[in-house]
Amino acid sequence: MKKGIKLMLLTAIVFGVWSFTKAEEKGDNGYKVGDEVTDFRLENIDGRMVSMEDFNEAKGFIITFTCNTCPYAVAYEDRVEGLNKMYAKKGYPVIAIMPNNIEVKPGDNMGAMQERAKEKGFTFPYLMDEDQSVYPQFGATKTPHIYVVQKMNNGNIVKYIGAIDDNYQNADQVKNKYVEDAVNALLVGKEVDVTETKAIGCSIKV
Amino acid sequence: MKVYVLLLVILFSACKQEEVQKLDADPVVVIEKSNAKDIDLTVYNFNELEPLLNKKDGKVYVINFWATWCAPCVKELPYFETLNEEYKNINVDVVLVSLDFPKQYDTKLKPFITKHKLKSRIVVLNDVDSNTWIPKVDKDWTGAIPATIIYNNSKRTFYEKSFNLEELKLEVNKFIE
Repeated sequence: MKKGIKLMLLTAIVFGVWSFTKAEEKGDNGYKVGDEVTDFRLENIDGRMVSMEDFNEAKGFIITFTCNTCPYAVAYEDRVEGLNKMYAKKGYPVIAIMPNNIEVKPGDNMGAMQERAKEKGFTFPYLMDEDQSVYPQFGATKTPHIYVVQKMNNGNIVKYIGAIDDNYQNADQVKNKYVEDAVNALLVGKEVDVTETKAIGCSIKV
Repeated sequence: MKVYVLLLVILFSACKQEEVQKLDADPVVVIEKSNAKDIDLTVYNFNELEPLLNKKDGKVYVINFWATWCAPCVKELPYFETLNEEYKNINVDVVLVSLDFPKQYDTKLKPFITKHKLKSRIVVLNDVDSNTWIPKVDKDWTGAIPATIIYNNSKRTFYEKSFNLEELKLEVNKFIE
């Protein structure tokens, strides 16, 4: 019996250390291009719960971590709406997720999200990551932070991570439309050329 | 078996304990117009800023990326100001790199500098092509601010995080040779 307990103890420790390391890796880095995205179930501004699996017709998603209160996110609001208008009907709807702790950023609470969506006429779901569990899985660190995901036989696979385009200040002066280029490539069965980009954003408030 | 389950529970709960730094509510930025218009901002693109990130003159450089609209940045600014004040005689240079939007230089940034009587050197970075310059600041930077670089002739560390004064001094002290 003593031997048995010792063995169990050892197993527990080994397993514990292993799972700790795993958790660390995931928490620090999140999804990379090529990784499968675990589905989420988050509350939309209309009170309904939304998951990726609800979109039967979708070929993929433009998942956008965004919020009301970050000037960079605000600068991109119209462009995010534009992406949904252009790509929802082609099978790549936008799903926006608000990742901030609303105690730190009251301007991002559900009421404020509803109001903002109404003002701007958002046609995409604007979900709240209420227990802040989804953004760390993705590895999102800021708003805005975009993930283009393609629905494949082996799950929803990350195809692009980063910025919407290369000019947050002026939509008219954009040279590279990273998200559009990525989705356009996927729509015609090509590989995405630029799979990762960097942009300044507001750190997600924990 | 009980021991085994208990151990597993303990180990798992240990994994979940993340160090989460709670931030207070946004500091209110009151705009004060007086004298603000007299401020001469140094506005750089990244090529102009880059030499400042790579000096080899024996000093310790503390480069903080911030903006007036970034609440955690504003919260930690006083610590950088204190550092600037207390360490300037021991060869430590603090540079505050503002990422404020050009249209807010006059309405927000200048009044903020006046209001808070910022003494550290301030440089404004205006370069929209962040995908090109962010990796040049540090390959691991995701682009979230606040972010800080501390470097001297021989070493450099990048921090994508907020500081308190104690932590900041502790880090800078590692670079004072």
